[in-house]
Amino acid sequence: MYNFTYHRAGSVDAAAAKLAEGDDPKLLAGGMTLLPTMKQRLAMPSDLVDLNEIGELKGITVSGGTVTIGAMTRHAEVAASAEVRQAIPALAKLAGLIGDPSVRNRGTIGGSIANNDPSADYPAAVVGLGATVVTNKREIAGDDFFTGMFETALEDGEIVTAVRFPVPEKAAYCKFPNPASRYAVVGVMVAKTAGGVRVAVTGAGPCVFRQADMEKALSSNFSADALSGITQPADDLNDDIHASAAYRASLVAVGAKRAVAEIA
Amino acid sequence: MTAETGIGARVTRKEDVRFITGRGRYTDDINGHGQLHAVFARSPYAHARIRSLNLAAARQAPGVAAVLTGEDLAAGGVGALPCGWMIHSRDGSPMKQPAHPALAQGTVRYVGEPYAVVIAASREQAQAAAELIDGDFEELPANVDTGSAQSFQPIHADIPNNLCYDWTLGDEAATDAAFAGAAHVVELDIVNNRLIPNAIEPRAALGDYDPGTDVLTLFTTSQNPHLARLVLSAFVGLAPEHKLRVVSPDVGGGFGSKIFIYSEETVCGWASKKLRRPVKWTADRSEAFLNDAHGRDHVTRARLALDADGRFLGLKVSTIANLGAYMSTFSSSIPTYLYGTLLAGQYTTPAIFVEVKAVFTNTTPVDAYRGAGRPEATFLLERIVETAARDLGMDPAALRRKNMVPRDAFPYATPVALVYDTGDYQACLDKALAMADYDGFPARREAARARGRLRGIGLSCYIEACGLAPSRLAGQLGAGVGLYESAEIRVNPTGNVTVFTGTHSHGQGHETTFAQVVSDRFGIPLDQVEVVHGDTAQGQFGLGTYGSRSLAVGGSALMKASDKVIAKGTRIAAYLLETTPDDIDFEGGVFRARGTNKTKTFGEIAFAAYVPHNYPLEELEPGLQETAFYDPQNFTYPAGTYVCEVEVDPETGGTEIVKFTAVDDFGQVINPMIVEGQVHGGIAQGIGQALLEACRYDRESGQLLSGSLMDYAMPRADDLVNFDLDVVRTDCTHNPLGVKGCGEAGAIGSPPAVINAITDAIGVRTLDMPATPLKVWTAMQAGNAAATGS
Repeated sequence: MYNFTYHRAGSVDAAAAKLAEGDDPKLLAGGMTLLPTMKQRLAMPSDLVDLNEIGELKGITVSGGTVTIGAMTRHAEVAASAEVRQAIPALAKLAGLIGDPSVRNRGTIGGSIANNDPSADYPAAVVGLGATVVTNKREIAGDDFFTGMFETALEDGEIVTAVRFPVPEKAAYCKFPNPASRYAVVGVMVAKTAGGVRVAVTGAGPCVFRQADMEKALSSNFSADALSGITQPADDLNDDIHASAAYRASLVAVGAKRAVAEIA
Repeated sequence: MTAETGIGARVTRKEDVRFITGRGRYTDDINGHGQLHAVFARSPYAHARIRSLNLAAARQAPGVAAVLTGEDLAAGGVGALPCGWMIHSRDGSPMKQPAHPALAQGTVRYVGEPYAVVIAASREQAQAAAELIDGDFEELPANVDTGSAQSFQPIHADIPNNLCYDWTLGDEAATDAAFAGAAHVVELDIVNNRLIPNAIEPRAALGDYDPGTDVLTLFTTSQNPHLARLVLSAFVGLAPEHKLRVVSPDVGGGFGSKIFIYSEETVCGWASKKLRRPVKWTADRSEAFLNDAHGRDHVTRARLALDADGRFLGLKVSTIANLGAYMSTFSSSIPTYLYGTLLAGQYTTPAIFVEVKAVFTNTTPVDAYRGAGRPEATFLLERIVETAARDLGMDPAALRRKNMVPRDAFPYATPVALVYDTGDYQACLDKALAMADYDGFPARREAARARGRLRGIGLSCYIEACGLAPSRLAGQLGAGVGLYESAEIRVNPTGNVTVFTGTHSHGQGHETTFAQVVSDRFGIPLDQVEVVHGDTAQGQFGLGTYGSRSLAVGGSALMKASDKVIAKGTRIAAYLLETTPDDIDFEGGVFRARGTNKTKTFGEIAFAAYVPHNYPLEELEPGLQETAFYDPQNFTYPAGTYVCEVEVDPETGGTEIVKFTAVDDFGQVINPMIVEGQVHGGIAQGIGQALLEACRYDRESGQLLSGSLMDYAMPRADDLVNFDLDVVRTDCTHNPLGVKGCGEAGAIGSPPAVINAITDAIGVRTLDMPATPLKVWTAMQAGNAAATGS
């Protein structure tokens, strides 16, 4: 690890101020990606602005048909939250499938979505449930937040403060984990929401995406049968030592079908 | 007391209290005064010529004490790392062993090969300075592929075809004749996948030279500290043996990877002498992936000849074994004498011929990994036997039973140089089939089908050879070392006992098992026995721990030493009890004059030996301390039957192991709990090889793609199922405890059971390990395509 200057921020405003000062500053949330990268000397931020002591970023509230999760809320807290389990069981389940117990007890929702790893689980929830990402500057629709591999709509100095999930009529998440990393080889979130059916796919492509053909089919007939015959093109999907693009494409179809079967 | 703690008792491990309370003392926990830290500069290329190394900036970096290269080591008299087993090719020529310098000289041949070392006041300073080394490399074509290595340009200039040796075993003419008369011939191409060991404690070394005594102490994570001392003094030339002390303290797992003599401990020892400061190195996980010796990596074509009734007539095997870029310490013996000799398995196959071509590639060196050669042999044999049964439409269990060595045929000489002393293979098979409810499988398969799952069952009847022996034979076969073991028992004046073993425990529980043996023999409480290992300055020479040898060979030495203690104690007791030694009985810790109530306890005899006021000094030396060396007459032959049952998800190719049964014959068992733990761990590792562990190099660049735990899947508890274990007991006939060894059986027996089960489930003939969901899905797609003619 290279040397860096450590700052413990007491508030979002203080964190934003520190973020504006440094040469090449980075926010430290759970650190589950950033710290290993730094240990391997693959990243050398000038400053780390630690968000872990900021109380306003933590916690879960459910009211008026919305689940709001503070950016610094750990995956384990979401997985174990009785309120989340009640309101959006698929979201609690998804959080409980992330990584391993160490990762779940340290990693945060804000850190996960800001990093936008193509195989991370939370992007499927944000897009699949039609969530809104709240930052210190604005609100960003989930559909607009993830812009590419490890890329988001966040601007310099912008800090995710919370994610607001509208409670869907029903939703389910089906995940095929990488046996080594436990990231999603493919993860599919299917939700029936006030705004229509959503099918969001993570792991398969360079960035989370919505499967329009499946959404259309499910809109007229919300059943697993409605998906038969709908295939996911493999053209732009990821191809690596763990899974070929064709295999990922197949898993998208299987995952969507299983998610629907769970709730149809 | 011995009923609860003696031989056969499930004693909780003595050493676990310190391990689970964080009080273990590992190499990285030890620090020297004024210690420096070593960081190695490692090749980013699979194959490259080093045009030049500009070290000036690194040498001037803060805290740096030295930057050393291969040329510096050579100038300092540090010899190359040797391979300790000479193999001869079929034409009688010796194997071609390339020079293996501790730091590369002129050429680097695999990604991660160390070519320089930076030694600085802190690890961070050494890391920072290592990044300032300016190397000018000319990249050369690299090959990582086993099968095509012989047609690739030589990666060592003086070794044509990258061929180290072309070794054979068995009678080729007799085998060809058997095939000529066969009713059926089954042929199978088999890959045994390369594995990366991943012990939980990374390797580490601390060289600590004392200029006052001229003694170099090397703390290191070795499975065999005496052997490390011997090699580092006699071959590498670090220091004369009597001026070199090797200490291998608590070690967190080895699985073979810590047998070998590596660059890093060599460099730390030598640098400490040169700089007159302690020098420490501790691997990080990435270094371990790149640089610890890997395992397996065979490509094989096998053919089995059978008569019309399904009797095995002959087996012909042609294997290419990947040695990596250089020869690790025992690499040459693994795909030869630990592989070819096991190809008879549990069967009476009368004619066997095996040829092994060992090749060099631009990959990490390959050497022994849990099982070492025997898993490769067992996988091949149990895959082809299963395939034969399916081809012939026979029940796989029945075909095996028909060909097993009968229980009255022992000792049984195989056509591949071994003599099995004892066993009861049918009993293991019968018990395993009963436990697994083999007969009920068709109903379970149907039930699974109704749930949309494909259920399969697979058998594996393995045999292995432990306690590599005897020394004379091993010497004739090319071994550079003896293969005996030693023990010293020091009975202390107060009657408790300190035992020194030449073996080394790095997770196996020797401190408990060996203490149980001694406690049982002397009739003293378990807590009165302390087992010491791992320090060449404390104990006598020994060969260490590998190949499931510790109890079979080391325990036998312990029995011999305890015999000597009891014999001397008997003479002392006879004197004190005024009778003759022939009239003394020793039982339960008490020496008794036969037919009287006159007794002396073990403790009283010990005290008398050390305070010899009333003692036969004319006939007996004072003291009660005995040493024994034991050289085995034969290998030991653990064997068993494993049954694996899986369910495959036809849509995803995901495999779930739903039932796993293991019946093993380890002879006498000292501590069943520890043995079960060894079997659990072995099966987990075997399942890891079969389902999860994919070592992948990029074929073009030679980069290790599976270089971290994010990409290389080690088995975890939730990948497994509860194992159903039991034993059959036929005691080893030629060692005093009747023990056979249990450390590797699980890793040897389980992979073919798993793959046989999956191929049964999805109805394909071949499936390479690891059977990842992708591979199983792909195999099913291909099978479906073939079935539909598209």
